[in-house]
Amino acid sequence: MTWTSWCCWTKWRDSSESERKLVSNLPYEGLKPKNQPNRRYAGNAIKTTKYSFWSFIPMNLYEQFHRWANLYFVGIAVLNFVPAVNAFQPQVALIPICIILSLTAIKDAWEDFRRYQSDRQLNGMTCLIYSRSQRSFVERRWKDVRVGDFVRVLSNEIIPADILLLHTSDPNGVCHMETANLDGETNLKQRKVVPGFSSTNSSFEPLNFSSIVVCEKPNDDLNHFNGFLEEDRRKTGFGIENLLLRGCTVRNTADASGIVVYAGHETKSMLNNNRLRYKRSKLEKKMNTEVLFCVLLLICMCLIVAVGHAIWLQTFSSVPIYFVPNSDGTFTSAVLSGVFMFLTMIILLQVMIPISLYLSIELVKMGQVFFITQDADLYDEEKDTRVQCRALNITEDLGQIQYIFSDKTGTLTENKMVFRRCTIMGTEFPHEENAMRLAFLAGEMDTDEEVIYQQNRRPPLFSLEEAQDGPEGANAHLPGHSSLHGSRVTAGAPSSRAFSSPLETEVIPDHTLVQLMEEEEAKPYLDFFLAMAICNTVVVSTETARRQRANERRNSSISWSPLECLEVLFGRGTCFQRLSMSLTRNRGSLSEPIHMDPTDSPVYDVPTFSGSVQGPDEGVNSPSNCRATTGRVQAGSSSVAPEEVCYEAQSPDEAALVHAAKAYGFTLLERTPDHVTVRLPSGKVLEFKVLDVLSFDSIRRRMSIIVRHPRSKEIIMYTKGADSGIMERLQNTFEDRRRVKSQSRDVAIKTQTDLDMYAKDGLRTLCFAKKVVSEQAYMAWQVKRQEAMSAISKKEELLMDTADDMENNLTLLGATGIEDRLQENVPETIQALREAGIQVWVLTGDKLETAVNIAYSCKLLDQRDLVFTFNMENKGACKTMLNGILQELLRNGSLESEASIGLVIDGRSLSMLLDDDLQMQFVQLCTRCRSVLCCRATPLQKSRVVTLLRRRLKVMTLAIGDGANDVNMIQAADVGVGISGQEGMQAVMASDFAISRFKHLKKLLLVHGHWCYTRLANMIIYFFYKNAYVNLLFWYQFFCGFSGTAMIDYWFMIFFNLIFTSSPPIMFGIMDREVSAYMLLQLPELYKRGQHAGGYRRSTFWIAILDAFYQSLVCFFVPYWTYAGSDIDIFTLGIPMNTVSLFTIILHLAIEIKSWTVVHWVIMVGSVIVYFVVSLVFSALCVSCNPPSDPYWLVQEQVADPMFYLVCILTTVVALLPRYTLHALRGTLVPSDHLKARQKDQLPPHHRDRWLREYRSLKELCASFPSMSSSTVPQDTTQSPSTPTAPLSSSTRVQN
Amino acid sequence: MKSEGEFVNQPDNTAFTQQRLPAWQPMLSAGIVIPLFTLIGLAFIGIGVALFITSQNIKVQELDYTGTATSSPCFQCSGLSIQNCTCERNFSLSELFEGPVFFYYGLSNYYQNYRQYGVSKDDYQLSGDTTYFLKPQSYCSPYQYSNNKPIVPCGSIANSMFNDTFRLYLLVNGSRKQVPFDGKGIAWWTDYNIKYRNPSPVNGSFAAAFDGTTKPVNWQKSAYELDPTDQANNGFLNQDFLVWMRRAALPNFRKLYGRITGGDYSQGLPAGNYTLQISYNYPVLSFGGTKKVVFSNVSWMGGKNQFLGIAYLVIGSLCVVMAIVMLIVYAKYKFPDNDDA
Repeated sequence: MTWTSWCCWTKWRDSSESERKLVSNLPYEGLKPKNQPNRRYAGNAIKTTKYSFWSFIPMNLYEQFHRWANLYFVGIAVLNFVPAVNAFQPQVALIPICIILSLTAIKDAWEDFRRYQSDRQLNGMTCLIYSRSQRSFVERRWKDVRVGDFVRVLSNEIIPADILLLHTSDPNGVCHMETANLDGETNLKQRKVVPGFSSTNSSFEPLNFSSIVVCEKPNDDLNHFNGFLEEDRRKTGFGIENLLLRGCTVRNTADASGIVVYAGHETKSMLNNNRLRYKRSKLEKKMNTEVLFCVLLLICMCLIVAVGHAIWLQTFSSVPIYFVPNSDGTFTSAVLSGVFMFLTMIILLQVMIPISLYLSIELVKMGQVFFITQDADLYDEEKDTRVQCRALNITEDLGQIQYIFSDKTGTLTENKMVFRRCTIMGTEFPHEENAMRLAFLAGEMDTDEEVIYQQNRRPPLFSLEEAQDGPEGANAHLPGHSSLHGSRVTAGAPSSRAFSSPLETEVIPDHTLVQLMEEEEAKPYLDFFLAMAICNTVVVSTETARRQRANERRNSSISWSPLECLEVLFGRGTCFQRLSMSLTRNRGSLSEPIHMDPTDSPVYDVPTFSGSVQGPDEGVNSPSNCRATTGRVQAGSSSVAPEEVCYEAQSPDEAALVHAAKAYGFTLLERTPDHVTVRLPSGKVLEFKVLDVLSFDSIRRRMSIIVRHPRSKEIIMYTKGADSGIMERLQNTFEDRRRVKSQSRDVAIKTQTDLDMYAKDGLRTLCFAKKVVSEQAYMAWQVKRQEAMSAISKKEELLMDTADDMENNLTLLGATGIEDRLQENVPETIQALREAGIQVWVLTGDKLETAVNIAYSCKLLDQRDLVFTFNMENKGACKTMLNGILQELLRNGSLESEASIGLVIDGRSLSMLLDDDLQMQFVQLCTRCRSVLCCRATPLQKSRVVTLLRRRLKVMTLAIGDGANDVNMIQAADVGVGISGQEGMQAVMASDFAISRFKHLKKLLLVHGHWCYTRLANMIIYFFYKNAYVNLLFWYQFFCGFSGTAMIDYWFMIFFNLIFTSSPPIMFGIMDREVSAYMLLQLPELYKRGQHAGGYRRSTFWIAILDAFYQSLVCFFVPYWTYAGSDIDIFTLGIPMNTVSLFTIILHLAIEIKSWTVVHWVIMVGSVIVYFVVSLVFSALCVSCNPPSDPYWLVQEQVADPMFYLVCILTTVVALLPRYTLHALRGTLVPSDHLKARQKDQLPPHHRDRWLREYRSLKELCASFPSMSSSTVPQDTTQSPSTPTAPLSSSTRVQN
Repeated sequence: MKSEGEFVNQPDNTAFTQQRLPAWQPMLSAGIVIPLFTLIGLAFIGIGVALFITSQNIKVQELDYTGTATSSPCFQCSGLSIQNCTCERNFSLSELFEGPVFFYYGLSNYYQNYRQYGVSKDDYQLSGDTTYFLKPQSYCSPYQYSNNKPIVPCGSIANSMFNDTFRLYLLVNGSRKQVPFDGKGIAWWTDYNIKYRNPSPVNGSFAAAFDGTTKPVNWQKSAYELDPTDQANNGFLNQDFLVWMRRAALPNFRKLYGRITGGDYSQGLPAGNYTLQISYNYPVLSFGGTKKVVFSNVSWMGGKNQFLGIAYLVIGSLCVVMAIVMLIVYAKYKFPDNDDA
């Protein structure tokens, strides 16, 4: 056996190019490693560290020297070792590079150590591996797991490697796993035992496993896996549904066993584990050119000195006594000396190139990210998530966004689907009661839009109103509570993905429909609801699993601390509401420490409507049903009824449908791979055998389930899908009119009209269809299907083809309309973003009508807008229309300012418009449009649109989305924002920033983006300015024969950059606040400056550099003239110069700082104090430690001299006078919008708010008379970076 | 307060993390800077006047003795070849030159701050470390060894030490009366007491400590015999040497040679005719420099310095003018807050 398998093994090695073959390790247990068949595959030990203990220093240095900035330092240091060139003592010149390198190394070492620790922890985790010698599973560590081992994972344990599932304790051979660790999706995924393998209940015996596992090479695709088991030439195919993934947790299943196919770094999760993304921000790119300018400047200065030196040397006819000859007594020629001098000057003026700027920027961004993630306003209580910054280095890009591309579903809308209406066999059932109930709830939510902290305003109002209704009402406020608590309890606990409250899941059945169903036990209705109940992938999960998870966070109590409430009381006007809310909540939580008991829970409907619900249908209000819906909420409570069910849906609309079906009595009780159990309204329980499931894909746009009816034994296929996906597959298509039976045609036509109506209402539509399949047809198809299943290559295509074969000749049953509610504050957010000059585009996969409707309701489109719709079949029409619109716009140039233009584009037209020949015109048109809406867009189209605008218009783009279909777009944009929503975490994983609600975008951009941008821009400018202080040394060259002498001790120069002046700019970059968050949110216009890079222009840079030159001139020449002709020595002259430059630099920053907090004072004053302390100490200690210079007792001498202070005061004042005066004049004569906003902000709150109101009404007035308005933003984004017209100034003008 | 573990991710709601620290937000505008400018302006004018008057009261008498002009008494000495040349310059004071009078020598176009020149010394040697006597540091090159003997003090700075000497005579009734210079305490206290140290005498002989070394090339005397009159003023602790070693910051400089404090001159130099006898040794023509001597008295602000006083006056006035301009601006544009009224 050994020999034969060895033969096989050698053969495999040759053929295993695209496949991995493995066998059980058990026969080889105890053999030497080289005899192990699977030895070539990676073990399960992981190592994510970059360095080992010994290799740290060489490797880290190697990495660091890959950065050109560090190379610059090294170059300078090396240069300093050349005797002819050196400016300082060579050893001393090593200090800066050593400091930078060691700081970075410490940071790297710390990070690596943390990785090492987590690796060790992971590798040391225990798991059960089968041992042949002990004939049982024994406990081993993760790192000992090898490919080919048999591993058993118990419930709630983490899976140690990628395991092919061979056995589970579940009689149906399924195992549930939670992939939250992997992709963040918290719904359970079902995995099955490899078909035909050990489906029996007999215990699993790994020793009997003799198959060869053939599968793909390791790859990072979490959703695909193919392979087969080969035993005696019989092949059994398996796929991703048979693979347990490393890092996931087994749920609901007592134990699961299988063979390891990938281990360690080859597991799918590790291959997916990519590092944080590194993007370079626009500002940094721009800054790099400025760094180049600095290089140029440096070279110029060095050239001047070099040439000056050469000329100076030649002015002497004979050799002066102070010339130092070479050791052989000769003198270097003037030209050569000049060349040397050039290099010396580069060493001397090296600070001119702000290398430390890069380190500082990193630090500043860390600080900025810290503050963004700390923002309580961006915290979502429901999900207990903060905003995440996944890309650490593009914070300031948030302040420059010009275009936002947003997904619709889940981004603008909640993606919490609510069943609204349905149409069955051509009859429409509006579900008015349900609509009213929802409207009532929605009404609660949408009042009081002025409140800024909206997150919490629903509960207070609700409870306040309800509390007045007497005892009944007191009870009735509980749903509100339960909804809150419910969501709280389950926050983080994965169960309630689809719904945040039972209130929303509950559906009140339509009166007429119920009656109809009562009267005639009509088949179509039965079929329709059956389809709704079973044609999905909803998993019914048991209570036990849920309890384990929910237990973790069930202690819910008040969320608002009294302190916060007080803060609100003093800070903002909405305190009363929050106070009262927190009180009611407090009360609620006191009386019910966790949440209400399900048994006394009232009907979940608002009392007014409850009468109509007490209909004949027992399914709806039966206690068990109530409990079922609340089951999720009261997880953890001890009174769990056995029949309670929870639905785990992969998409929220499926859950909505299942819940709706349940409302009509069709309760989905159980789903296993083999059968589906449904309880009918009559109470009968039907168990359908599932023959096949044709899963959903975005190309077919439908899914089907093939079942065998338990009574009639018919094979029935239920299909659910988008109308386009269903209608074309109907038994009698519209084209084929002659053969159409009139009734079904009528049904189709009526349904289509209803569907259109739903779409107009902004509902998502789904059609249901049915097909009865004959036994033979099914058998024939089954064969093909099996073939497709076991195929390795092209499996996907084959499966799809077979699905297509089956899904035809459908009979339309009906359609549903599901509402996807807008998230809170979406219209306000969009409006604010638009006021901020950002163009908002919506790219959605939804139907045109639905999308347009949502667009109107979220104020993306306005009724006054001129909307062009591109819904063309062919390119010619598209082109004609495009040109027509453009010409019209060109002819009527002012049109754009009078009526804003909206553009609605269908997916097909979009692809035509994206073609090369129409691109330019399309972009041209887009720039003139106020809003653009693309429907039916595929993920690829989405990203192409983003890329197109980014490339063509050179604009900053932001893409925001929540689903996997937005990943492309998120990655294509400059800034990708993911919403951690209902559809898993793929979008978040791909994003740079992850938020939990769309409305958070407002604060993220308008406040944090603005702040980060302004802060960083100012910091960088300041940094350039600060480093130009070395000009002092340059000016001195004119008085020392251009010989490269520094009159400041080198240590002082090091200290100067490292200690005295490093922290103020970093603090400035992290903490300065130009305008308060309140004003930024109230006046989105303030954002515009960042879009046009107003905070960081080339002119700003040059002004800063010029100012630095001026200031260094002053700092040099005032002391120079003061001491000229006296007996002052070199370094004594340097001390006042150094001191005045410190004062100047610090006070310059003081002028720039917009708001002084304690931190500012401490750091600014601290820097000056530290300067004096360090200088005094240093010059007292250093007798002759740095030979060319002798700082000994210099500072003491100077500090004792009154002249020193007189010089310092005069110089500082002279140096700062121009900037100060300019600022003052500008503040009075042409105050910027930001300055005005700050002025208003300092008014007492009621004055300020009055001003804001007046300003806003004025703005509206202007907007309604566009001709007189100077505030409309020019739509042309290709405009030059001229100052955007200032709405604030216009307002004041009108007021005057 | 929030209970443990409930909202694990909830950010702390502190003024710091929420960026709501109370802040002072100064806004620069004309209204605010007017008082500031006025204040600075007036204060500066005050300081300026004080400085100017103080500076005016300082007397300075400069005498150039380079001897480039043929009419100059030192003309014949300025030639390179002449050794031990002596020349005299006469000058008269019409009134009392109040004391204490400081006597400086001044050089122009002399780059003591030339980088290679500045490096050329051995601090360890100068701190009296005899191991560096025999083996001076390479900084001193090429003034490290002379005829294979180590130079002490080595280096270009020491080698180029100024070696003109001066005597001042007051003509009293036709006869000369020497005015004594006090050459003590003209160097920095720290240089004399801490930084520079003489080697400890060997066998009681100071000169023996310098055995095996040679004097700098340009020196006429060894380091241990710089001042024959005062044994303590020799070696590295020679005051003139210390003054010279402290390199001047700028190419036109003066260095203290001595004070006139003693005896009859404690009040200063009385009016009368004086003769300055110069032993002219130091060549300056090679670099186109000039030599001069300076008599000056000092005040709290040091030597005469018109610049600072004038600068304060100018800037002070400028600030006042600026304040007026701001006032006009302010009156014209008002503070924007008044718009609301």
